Amino acid sequence: MTIPTIVGAGLAVIGAGIGIGMIGGKAMEAIARQPEAYGKIQTAMLIAAALIEGIGFAAIFAG
Amino acid sequence: MYFCTDFKDTVICSKMQRKTLVRILSVLLFITSFSAVAQDEHTEEAKEILPEGKTKKEEIKEFINHHLMDSHDFNLFGSTDEETGKTHHYGFPLPVILWDGGLHTFMSSEFHHGENVVESNGNYYKLYHSKIYRTDAEGTINYDEKHHPTNVRPLDFSITKSVVMMLVVGLLLIWLFRSLAKSYAKNGSLPKGIGRFFEPVVLYIRDDIAIANIGENKYKKYMPFLLTVFFFIWFLNMFGLTPLGVNVTGNIAVTTALAIIVFLITTFTGTKDYWKHIFDPLGDGMPWIGKIFIYIILVPIEILGLFIKPFALLIRLYANMTAGHVVMMSLIGLIFIFKSWIGGPLSFGLAFAIMLIELLVALLQAYIFTMLAALYFGFASESHEHHEEHEGEIQHL
Repeated sequence: MTIPTIVGAGLAVIGAGIGIGMIGGKAMEAIARQPEAYGKIQTAMLIAAALIEGIGFAAIFAG
Repeated sequence: MYFCTDFKDTVICSKMQRKTLVRILSVLLFITSFSAVAQDEHTEEAKEILPEGKTKKEEIKEFINHHLMDSHDFNLFGSTDEETGKTHHYGFPLPVILWDGGLHTFMSSEFHHGENVVESNGNYYKLYHSKIYRTDAEGTINYDEKHHPTNVRPLDFSITKSVVMMLVVGLLLIWLFRSLAKSYAKNGSLPKGIGRFFEPVVLYIRDDIAIANIGENKYKKYMPFLLTVFFFIWFLNMFGLTPLGVNVTGNIAVTTALAIIVFLITTFTGTKDYWKHIFDPLGDGMPWIGKIFIYIILVPIEILGLFIKPFALLIRLYANMTAGHVVMMSLIGLIFIFKSWIGGPLSFGLAFAIMLIELLVALLQAYIFTMLAALYFGFASESHEHHEEHEGEIQHL
């Protein structure tokens, strides 16, 4: 493991973290606006978060 | 303590705040001074060379790595004799099945946890870092420059710890759901006992995962797989949290096999429209001359996507479960790093919190896996009527 790969993996994970944070925040806003759509929003949120998380893990393994 | 928002109380308030602040700071100082002492001690301690020439940190690292790997015997716990330095293992051996120009079978207890060389039908085998290598009668293992063994590895079909756990969970699922099915037949479609817990889960998977993603007409075909994979992953994740020390869903081979099954189902149940979406995504909306330039880029990406989807599935489950196990083991390892009164409570508190999160993660990962599998099945089984419906809606508007 060299330093550039580690830094690169770290940056990718930061990106994934920000992405998941934004998804979570926006989902909260959406739920606050439309509490009756809670279930649908949650499902969509989890799928999007899972997809981004996959990228984060791929970066960790590449690094 | 209350927050000072009024100007009138500012003086009293600032006094009170200062008092509480001083109190909090002194407590913090007290704690950190202790941990600083502990820190000093532990750095000395960690560098102290153990009998086998390893430092404490290296030993903990090795222990964690060993836990993450599959093993040939079901080791529950071990204890080291202080005087002789010998480690006793408590657990039970598992059968080893090798294919190496013929079948070789023996019990893993013959390895004596890697100390002994086993002779079987004229070949010699030795256990090295949980993997079996063919050696000579003395059990010499040759290394290359990177300290990787160069010995021949026979094909290993052994019933390992992971295989045992998968069999246990499989039998548990068969027994549980068969008895539930029987109880439904007897009670006239009313859940009973543990069925009251499982019925909502099964219904949730049907209504919110299968029907929502695959559609009313075609979901039935995929239900058996979705339910099986959900409960299989969930139960294995839960077993991973018990002190049995199994790590099945954190094993990349297991998750790869699950992802390959998902890939095969998506590929073989794919409708004409699914394949058209991949090889001809624009359809009749564009003359073929224009399409060629776009498809040079688009079609390879679509084909790559076919493989990336299950790949992401397998990496996600594997990485999540492995990460959970590593964090848990590292926190427990804190006890041995600190070696003072602070280590125990600290390790317990952190490990307890992480354990609660892991309980959630165990369910969440099973859910995500099932959910995404259902989503891919939904893509695969989409049919053309669907599009026409949507187009009709748009025109209507």
